[in-house]
Amino acid sequence: MRHIISVLMENEPGALSRVVGLFSQRNYNIESLTVAPTEDATLSRLTVTTIGNDRVVEQITKQLNKLVDVVKVVDLSEGEHVEREVMMIKLKASGQMRAEIKRTCDIFRGQIIDVTPTTYTVQLVGASDKLDAFISALGSASIMEVVRSGVCGIARGEKVLSL
Amino acid sequence: MVVRALKDEGVKYIYGYPGGSLLHVYDALFQQEDVQHVLVRHEQAATHMADAYARATGKAGVALVTSGPGATNAVTGIATAFTDSIPMVVITGQVMSHLIGEDAFQETDMLGISRPVVKHNFSVQRPEDIPAIVRKAFHIAESGRPGPVVIDLPKDMTTPTERYPYEYPKHVKMRSYTPITRGHSGQIKKATDLLLNAKRPVIYTGGGVILGGASDELTELSRLLNFPVTNTLMGLGGFPGTDRQFIGMLGMHGSYEANMAMHHADLILAVGARFDDRVTNACDKFCPTAKIIHIDIDPASISKTVQADIPIVGPAKVVLEEMVQLVKGSKKQPDADALHAWWQQIDEWRQRHGGRFRTDDSELMKPQQVIEMLSKVTNGDAFVTSDVGQHQMFAAQYYKFNKPNRWINSGGLGTMGFGLPAAMGVKMNFPDADVACVTGEGSIQMNIQELSTCKQYDLPVKILCLNNQSLGMVRQWQDMNYESRHSQSYMKSLPDFVKLVESYGHVGMKVDKYADLEGAMREAFALKDRLVFMDIAVDPFEHVYPMQVPRGSMRDMWLSKTERT
Repeated sequence: MRHIISVLMENEPGALSRVVGLFSQRNYNIESLTVAPTEDATLSRLTVTTIGNDRVVEQITKQLNKLVDVVKVVDLSEGEHVEREVMMIKLKASGQMRAEIKRTCDIFRGQIIDVTPTTYTVQLVGASDKLDAFISALGSASIMEVVRSGVCGIARGEKVLSL
Repeated sequence: MVVRALKDEGVKYIYGYPGGSLLHVYDALFQQEDVQHVLVRHEQAATHMADAYARATGKAGVALVTSGPGATNAVTGIATAFTDSIPMVVITGQVMSHLIGEDAFQETDMLGISRPVVKHNFSVQRPEDIPAIVRKAFHIAESGRPGPVVIDLPKDMTTPTERYPYEYPKHVKMRSYTPITRGHSGQIKKATDLLLNAKRPVIYTGGGVILGGASDELTELSRLLNFPVTNTLMGLGGFPGTDRQFIGMLGMHGSYEANMAMHHADLILAVGARFDDRVTNACDKFCPTAKIIHIDIDPASISKTVQADIPIVGPAKVVLEEMVQLVKGSKKQPDADALHAWWQQIDEWRQRHGGRFRTDDSELMKPQQVIEMLSKVTNGDAFVTSDVGQHQMFAAQYYKFNKPNRWINSGGLGTMGFGLPAAMGVKMNFPDADVACVTGEGSIQMNIQELSTCKQYDLPVKILCLNNQSLGMVRQWQDMNYESRHSQSYMKSLPDFVKLVESYGHVGMKVDKYADLEGAMREAFALKDRLVFMDIAVDPFEHVYPMQVPRGSMRDMWLSKTERT
């Protein structure tokens, strides 16, 4: 099962490599990974999506917690949460395809953020499966390039991951 | 600043080898007398000496090695300590900060290389941070589940002409690191209830009892309950080896009675042990009828390979102490009738195998006899270090350790070359104690250059080389699994060890008859101020038994070359 694990860690050199190293060292899988500083400049927030059974994911959170730079770990998938990912996708867009792509884009509430006579670049925000759905909905449109941010997530309601 | 911080940490000996990036530090060492430096002949030995000091005392040992090859040579020793959770602080030199990343002479990314095998590592980026980093390093290494910590020290952080304010912090507070200090009382209560209701219990303890200084509490609890106790390879000495309640080591080369008892148990109390693959055999067949209580300071060790029914995260000493109080205060007594029957069963198993080995089929000395003699000559009271292989298993099986911290071996990583430097590290800190290194002719040659260090620092350890002229454990597996195709497990061109050690200025002895063994060994231990190397010819065809059958359950064992359970 897919899990979204959020990690609050010291914003120190080497901290990210410890997390990434842990995953490869222990043969855990990383589907996506995002990391950036938080409103407190001494802390970074890292979100990793991984696939594993309950035992593996329990080990992942325990092992992450053991890292000295890691302050807090939470498996967002254990509770109600919101997840988002940003995708930018560059498409060949000429002739009839221009209108077709624009329509699909509107349906998915995407935005065209860059235009040339032959291309569109579309920005789409949503849960990962929505981005996947958009790609398959494009059908015959020819994709030139895709870039995705990886998932970030936050718990619903009052629950927070902070010090 | 580095040397002063080590002094303030109370460090007496550091083990190391100088080099370009550490010359400022070595110059500072030269100008003081509080911290004494021990010059090894290879950096791996420095880490093993520091490691063995930690295993014998519970305090972090310190190694000091230069950048590049000095640091990489230390990696094996760091990994050895990491796998066995040994507290250690390793200071590695590094090239000047402005050269980092430019492939400078003797530059290597030690933070990257060491990362998977350290509890934590630091890179010094401002000289004024040195005291705080050193304090944190010791704190992290020694607290919680212990482990090695590396401090990478660029040369320009130690420039002697620059001065910085120095204050050694008394306390460490880290928001991201707060080791647990006690177990959950509710869980402990629940566990104690289970203990008092058990009919076929086994107490299975590991290195955590030794590291956590919990032997007394373990012994008290075990005696109160009259439960059988088995130790892992790392846990030997945690419970007295000659006690009636001790049923031997468990696992791959565990005793018949320990493995049988585990398999048939209805309750297992695991303390400071991690259900390692060398203990459990096939996890899905592990102890089918047992409920499992697991006490460990590291939550990640609990339910990692075998699911615990009652997990208790906390230091072994504190948790066991709480259990002792609960048992003492309880109205309920352990089930005496059930335990009587259980002990009868265990004693029957003990009778059936009980650590026997055959001595009648050849003239050759058996390695087991050598260990039994060592146990006899030293009254089970020596520090015994070992290398890795058959001799290690024989030492674990046949030396009766009555005290903790006396059995010093590389259990998790299985590092050949560990034994001699480990013996040196112990001897240096316990000059009056008997220190024996049980080794083989293969392992000893992996760090034999340290005979020179022994000469320089006058370290009269006793080396018992069980010489079977082959890599015995490798050959045993080849005998059992590869139709005796002895690929590369035979050592041709062995040196004359007696002459070799004599050339280093030590005493060499060659023993090839059992009749001469006791006399020679007593003579060796009587030579208090000399290193004695005993080259002991043992049966080259001997195997270590019992041996669990791969992918079987705990009770599936070979008991000799021909008998199987």
